[in-house]
Parts: sequence; structure tokens; C-alpha cells
Amino acid sequence: MIATQLLYVGCGILLLILGLWSFLVHPPLLRKLIAINVMGAGVFHILVAIAYRGIDTPPDPVPHALVLTGIVVAVSATALALAFGQRLDRDDDR
Amino acid sequence: MIDSLVLAILAPLLGAVAVTLLPSQAPRLGLAAAVLAAAAGLSVTAGVWTNGVLRSELGGWGVPLAIALQADGLSAALLGMSSLVALSVSLYAVGYFKPSADGEPTADDATARHFWPLWLLLWSALNALFLAGDLFNLYVTLELLGLSAAALGALTGSREAVEANLRYLLVGLLGSLIYLLGVALIYTAYGVLDIGLLAEIVTPGPVAATAMALMLGGLMLKAALFPLHFWLPPAHANAPAPVSAALSALVVKAAFYLVLRLWLDLFGPITPLSAANLLGVLGAAAILWGSWRALRAERLKLLAAYSTVAQMGYLFIGFPLIAAAAPGPARDNLIAAVVLLALTHGFAKAGLFLAAGMVKKTAGHDRIDDLGGAAQALPAATFTIGLAGVALIGLPPSGTFVAKWIMLEQSLIMGHWWWVPVIMLGTLLAIGYVFRVLSRAFNREPTPYRFVSDARAEVPALLLGALAAGVLGLAAQPLWTLLLHGVIG
Amino acid sequence: MTRFVSWVLLPLGLVAIAGVLVWAFYLATTGETGARLADLALARVPETGVSNPVTSVLLNYRAYDTLLELAVLLAALLGIWSLGPAAPGFQRAAEVLQGMVAWFVPLLILAAGHMLWVGAYAPGGAFQAGALLGAAGVMLALAGHPSAGLPSEPVLRLLAILGVLVFCLVGLALMVLGLGFLTYPPGMAKWLILLIETGATLAIGVTLAAAYRGGRPARASEGAAP
Repeated sequence: MIATQLLYVGCGILLLILGLWSFLVHPPLLRKLIAINVMGAGVFHILVAIAYRGIDTPPDPVPHALVLTGIVVAVSATALALAFGQRLDRDDDR
Repeated sequence: MIDSLVLAILAPLLGAVAVTLLPSQAPRLGLAAAVLAAAAGLSVTAGVWTNGVLRSELGGWGVPLAIALQADGLSAALLGMSSLVALSVSLYAVGYFKPSADGEPTADDATARHFWPLWLLLWSALNALFLAGDLFNLYVTLELLGLSAAALGALTGSREAVEANLRYLLVGLLGSLIYLLGVALIYTAYGVLDIGLLAEIVTPGPVAATAMALMLGGLMLKAALFPLHFWLPPAHANAPAPVSAALSALVVKAAFYLVLRLWLDLFGPITPLSAANLLGVLGAAAILWGSWRALRAERLKLLAAYSTVAQMGYLFIGFPLIAAAAPGPARDNLIAAVVLLALTHGFAKAGLFLAAGMVKKTAGHDRIDDLGGAAQALPAATFTIGLAGVALIGLPPSGTFVAKWIMLEQSLIMGHWWWVPVIMLGTLLAIGYVFRVLSRAFNREPTPYRFVSDARAEVPALLLGALAAGVLGLAAQPLWTLLLHGVIG
Repeated sequence: MTRFVSWVLLPLGLVAIAGVLVWAFYLATTGETGARLADLALARVPETGVSNPVTSVLLNYRAYDTLLELAVLLAALLGIWSLGPAAPGFQRAAEVLQGMVAWFVPLLILAAGHMLWVGAYAPGGAFQAGALLGAAGVMLALAGHPSAGLPSEPVLRLLAILGVLVFCLVGLALMVLGLGFLTYPPGMAKWLILLIETGATLAIGVTLAAAYRGGRPARASEGAAP
């Protein structure tokens, strides 16, 4: 049981680290935004995994609710950042 | 049962809803909401002053299930400062985004329509952050703060502003994700999110240390602590003046408030001195680097932004001193000194940015070398810059003077003399950059202009400057009394 | 030199961080986990007015988080509007795609309504329903409808704030009645939650579609819903 959970948490950490590496290494802001989203996926993955309490017990609903809130926040932030990026592109075209 | 904590969050939030719904009435509705929001914020401060710590657990479930709102002396002090600064910024914004005389829509009108709802959302995020007692709720408030701040910062629409604020947005997102990872770790280990409950069960060890590193690391990014300050100067210098004032005086201060809150409530007792020393060393580097860059800045707003980097450094020097001091009056004085420094900087930097906005609007630029005659054209704005300068340098009777005095005294008493030259050198550099502006502003023959040329814009800035330079230092005692509620003593 | 840093030193540092994180999470999952919220939260679900535990957390125990989350959505939309006019829309799609869109959009709206209702006792709820509504708007925009099915500016503004407004009004009303902010009276919880979720669904759907279209809302009412 612990092994399964740790496998999922480990995958989340892997996603997080890959995203962080990409954020730090690649200068274009759009790539940084994608990297942030990969990192976010990693954190949400971890939150989903820590809700697991064994095969017979219902999962902890609190982290699941936190993930839903987190996703909405991440979507909003991504949308705003993309609008910023679009604005910069349009300024470049002019 | 009217809950003043809830009202302090809902007043600006409902104001934002109203101005979104009726954009044509934005300045009038926005100003009304600002007055209500400031009143609600100050009533919380007054409530803590008279009744002690205020707490409410929302939804009737009680912690750990519910989210708690809590105002202790620390929250109340910052809430009071931010209410006054935000009210002044709102008054100033009405004059700054002036509608044209002939009723034709101008660029300022469009900016004002976008400014008000985002500004009120930012305000409610600030109040929610100061009052939150729950680690995950803090994450949501941080995101609301970051998104509205980045959108406001880009309102000038210039390419530099949009790019700087996209960078700010991304850095802010990175910071809050790292913070959220720390929260996830805390929840895995302890199963609760309420700060008060956690404080009772958190134990020293690798889990708590990792969580602390993650949470404080994410917040340091948002508080622009050297060397994570790179995003701040362009974002703050390119925003419209009222926004710059709010970003520099309040938004970075909110991240610092959270670091202090987590340190005092959760992590302070279980962390080794070396972690506090690391914060102090970064703070010292921030003071020297930020002051040096402020001294070399060519534009007034960039100078003010680098000065924010430096002033945040002083706040972080407080951590090693607080950590090293034995519990008792000395430690209490240090905590209060750090809070006093944060409040004074809030007033001073807001006043400075508002005055810089006046100068920029009148002169059409803010190049320091070409400021000649600004003192004659805008006496009140120049006077405000002078008052803010008094507070930034730390001359008596400003709050900074009292705070620096306590920090120097305690460094010497505890034998941590190495902080003394840093504070002294930072002060010297601050004298340099403040007088560089003032000397340029006064280099023309005096001409009889009026002291105040645009009362609506200048008086708020002037009052903020006066608060920072005169009132806070002479009347610092109430802060100690306020902090006795749940923070010190 | 920079290549050395970003391809050797940085990855090594990040691997070390990953190791520390795995270790910390291992200790945290195997260690003594006091009383987790799970048991308490699950035990009290019957009192929350809904039987889906995640909805209980989102709209009852931690409803205040959800209120602020809706404010975040509003902030993002207002920020997008402040960045200037929308980019030109897509070319109008050909006959076949138009026909398909005409089928899919009503289905998506129906599915959203179902999701909203189902959220009370099974996975679903305001966000999922709002996402479906948003998807309907995205589909219309892709098929070349310049308005993405969104109403004219005043109505659009009303829908965008609806989530926050309903939430605040319900909370304030309960506070004035003496129950406390967002403390639902027993028996009414189900209907108040449904009311809040309906407002939130509309707000989320409209915000997502408007964010996808980007740019300031159109002044005149051009092209209503399909």
C-alpha cells in the first residue's frame, strides 16, 4: 500500500522536477508557462496520491477538493499568462 | 452576529463586483467601496486593540474541518497600515486617471475602467491574506494577489510593462506552487491545515524542515528577497503610479508578513539558528545591492523600486536577531521593531511612488538628472519625496529610526556586531540616493508657485509621507500595545 | 559554461532536491499521522446537505476557499480584458462541422446541467459543469462564431460576477440572520449549495469561454447564443 502511494508521489515529484528544470533552463516565457503547468500537474498528482488510504477505505476527500480548487486557480493563471503572451506577440507584429 | 473579519474581506470583494457590473460608474462606485473597505479594515484593527485576538471559524464546523479567520496584533497592525495606504491610493487614483473635461472617452478612462475592479480584488486578497489562519486558504489568497497585481502592473500597456509583469506573474506562480508543495507535505505528515492546530503538533525533523524550506522559499521569491529580486524593479517601475505604490508598499509586504507569521507561529521554535542566519545574510546582500542600484538608477521610479529591494532586506535581517534573542523583552522589542519597519516602509514607499507619479505626469518623464525645477513646480510632491526620504534613511523621528536603533542595540548586546556595519552602510547609501533626487529637484531659482497644485492627488501622498516620517516614530508605543495581543509578551 | 551549468550542475542539484522530497514524503506517509481530517470529514458528510464528500468539502466545510477561487477566475478574466481587444476570430467552418457543432453544443449544455445536479451525490459539481459550458463556447469559437456564444457586454459582465455575487449574498444573508458567514441552516444546506453551484457554474463557463475568446467584450450585441 505504501509502495503504491509512494510510486504515485514519486511520479508527481518527477513531473515537478522536470518542470522546474525546464522553467530554469529555457528563456522563452511561453516555455516557462508550460513548465509551470507541468510542475502544477506534479503538485496536484502528489495531492491526489496522499489522499489514498488503502484499498478498503474511502480516500480522504480534503486533498481531492484542494486539487479541484488548485486546478481552477492554475487554469485562471494560465489563461491570464497566455493573454499576456498574445499581447506581446501582437506588439511584435506591429 | 456581524463578523468584522468577514466584512473586511467582503467589502472590497463586493466593491469589485459592483464596478465590474457598472464600469461607467467605476470611479464613483470604486471610491465608495474603498471608503467602506478601509473602514472595515480599520474596524478590525480597532477590534483587536480593544478586545484582543479575534477569531472566527467559518461555516459552523469548527477547526480542523473549517477554515479559520484570525486577527492578532500582527495581522491588525498590517491590516491597519494597508487600509490607510489603500485608501490613499484610491483617492489618488481618482485624480490620476482623470476623465477628460469634454466628456470624450480618453485612454485614461479605459485604464480607469480596468483599474478599479482589479484594484478592489487585490485589496480583498490582501485583507484575506492578513486574516487567514489556514495554510491552503493562504495559497488561494496568494494567487488572487499575484494575478490581480500582475494584471494591474501591465495597465500602462507599454511593451516593457507587459513583459515585466508576465515575468512577475510566472515567478509568482512558481513561488506559490513551491509553497503549495510545502503545504501538501505538511498535510501528509500532520493531517491538518489550521496554523493554530499545527503549531501544537509540529515537531522538529526532516519533514518539518523540508516543508519550511519549501514554504519559505516560495514566499521569498514573492517577497523579492535577494537574489530572487530580479523581477521586482521592472515590474514596479513600469506600472501606473497608484499601482506601483500598492505593489511596493503592500504586495511584497504581504509575502513578508507570511514569512514572519509562519516563522513566529510554526517554524521558529523548531529551526536551527543557521536557517535564520541564511535569511539574514540574504537580507544584508539585498540592502547593499538594492541601495547601490538605487543610487545608480537613472529614473525616479526605478530608484524607488530598487529601494524596495533594499528595504525588504532590513526586514529579513530581523530573523537572525529574533532567533538569537532569548524570549523576553529584548525579543519582543525586536519583533515589534521589524513590524514597525514594515509599516513605516509601507507608508513611505507608497508616498514616494505617488509623488513620483505626480512628477512624471507633470514633467512627462521621471529622469532624475532632468528633474530641475520640480521643487518649484510641485512643492507638495517634492516635500513628500523629502518626507519619504526621511523614513527611508531612518532619520529621527521616523519609525525606521526607532526600529533601526533597536536592531543596532540588540546586535551589539548579543555580540552579533556584523549586522551593524550592514545597517550603517545601507543607511549611508540611502542618504545618497534620497539626496541625489532632492538636490536635482531644487536646482532652479525659486519661483512663487502654489504649494499644492492638485489636492486630490497630492494630499494623500503627503499624508502618507508625514505618517512615515513623523507620526509612526513619535507614536510607536501603540504598536507595542497592539502586538501584545497574541504576538509578543 | 552555461551549458555545463544547465545540463550538468542544475540537473544534479534538482536530482538532489528530488531525493530530499521523496525522502520527506516517505517519512511523512509512514510516520505517525495524527488524526487525519479524512475520518472527521467523512463522518460528518450526512450533515452537509450533499452526499458526495468532495462536494461537502468544496461547498460546505471549505466553501470560503471556493469563494476566493471564483474571485481568482474573475481577476484572470478582468486581466485578460485589460490587455486589449480580442484577436480576430476563426474563419467560419464548413457545412459539416457547423452541423456537428449545432448538435454538440446543446448536448454539452445538457451534460453541464446533469453534472451540476449529479455533484450532490457523485463525482461532478460546479467546476466540471462549468468546464463543459466553457467547452461549448470554445467549440463555437473554433467553428467561427465570433461571439463564442457569449451574450452582449452587460449580460456577460453579470454572468462573470454571478458566482462571487451569489456566494457573497448567501454568506452575508446567513450572517445577518445570526447563523454566521456561510453557515447553512440544517435542511436548507442542499438548496443553498445548489443555488451557489448554479451561479458558480454559469460564471465558470462564461469566464472560460470569454478567456478563450480573449480581449475586451464586444460593445454591441453581435450574435446571440446559437
